[in-house]
Amino acid sequence: MRQHLLDYVQNAHIRFDLPAFKTGDTVKVHGRIIEGEKERVQIYEGVVIRRSGSGTDASFTVRKISNGVGVERVFPVHSPRILKIDIVSSGKVRRARIYYLRALQGRAAKLRRIEDNG
Amino acid sequence: MSLKSTIGKGYNKALSKGLFGRKIGMTQIFGLEGQRIPVTVLEVGPCPVVRVKSAAGNDGYNAIVLGYPGIKKVKNINEPEAGVFKKAGLEPMAHLREMRVSADDVAAVEVGLVLTAEAFQVGQKVDVIGTTKGRGFTGVIKRHNYHMPKASHGTHEVFRHGGSLGTRTTPGRVWPNKKMAGHYGTDRVTVQNLGVVQVDVAKNMVVVRGSVPGPNGSLVWIQEAVKGTKPQ
Repeated sequence: MRQHLLDYVQNAHIRFDLPAFKTGDTVKVHGRIIEGEKERVQIYEGVVIRRSGSGTDASFTVRKISNGVGVERVFPVHSPRILKIDIVSSGKVRRARIYYLRALQGRAAKLRRIEDNG
Repeated sequence: MSLKSTIGKGYNKALSKGLFGRKIGMTQIFGLEGQRIPVTVLEVGPCPVVRVKSAAGNDGYNAIVLGYPGIKKVKNINEPEAGVFKKAGLEPMAHLREMRVSADDVAAVEVGLVLTAEAFQVGQKVDVIGTTKGRGFTGVIKRHNYHMPKASHGTHEVFRHGGSLGTRTTPGRVWPNKKMAGHYGTDRVTVQNLGVVQVDVAKNMVVVRGSVPGPNGSLVWIQEAVKGTKPQ
């Protein structure tokens, strides 16, 4: 009963329209940015290095190299500020949290694509 | 329970609003602008009116007594208590609470009327009374937010001590109310002015913004805010 009510409250805010992406995927996150009156869409592209949490608390971290500097951004999965998420490619990874990517640079930091060699 | 089927009708808008409930737990939801809102889900009511006291009668003041079921063994209900429920024609309940109301309310309410979560509206402010989690015998750092003693520069065998209790021969004693270790928790605490985010009468559910004292599943009392009842 207890969990039931919590789920009921959360389910109203959970988004079912997003694709099932996972760690290692390269994604484009279309974020709605509100600047004063105007609203525009900003695309943030990078590798998902972790998914965390459950229910409305769920979030994911996207890492990219911007002007030679590593940038990581955490998004709440079910945020209405996310317009959509495109999966660009799926990387072959063997763990749920690929933090080791932070220590790697250049070619070494590239993940093998699943389509490339299964 | 032999309750009169009055759920959802006969409810007087003028009635001062307070109800028993249970803390279900916390989660977060998204606001209109995508901001995350921390919320506590409460199961609220239904609470039958067990007794009505009126200024005109023997009681000398206007009040209603609300009941809320809970775990209480029948053998533990004493005779005077059992009499209250017998008179009301209700099954004995573990929790009873009296609420002062206006004379109009007393006239509008009858014993057996069931009050539900419809007493609250979205945007309204409420106060929630609960009992904090029990922490047992606790040191001064957790109980009174003392700082930890420094770990280096010659400190030894002192890790979570509170330091000195006072001065020397004057006054030669410890001042009353000196903060020391002791029992912490299980205090009755009122949190004021929590905004109501969601109300679901069918599910007996009220969702408030912010946190509420006590562990999940604990008994709470939710009422119209004493201060600032204006909708947001």
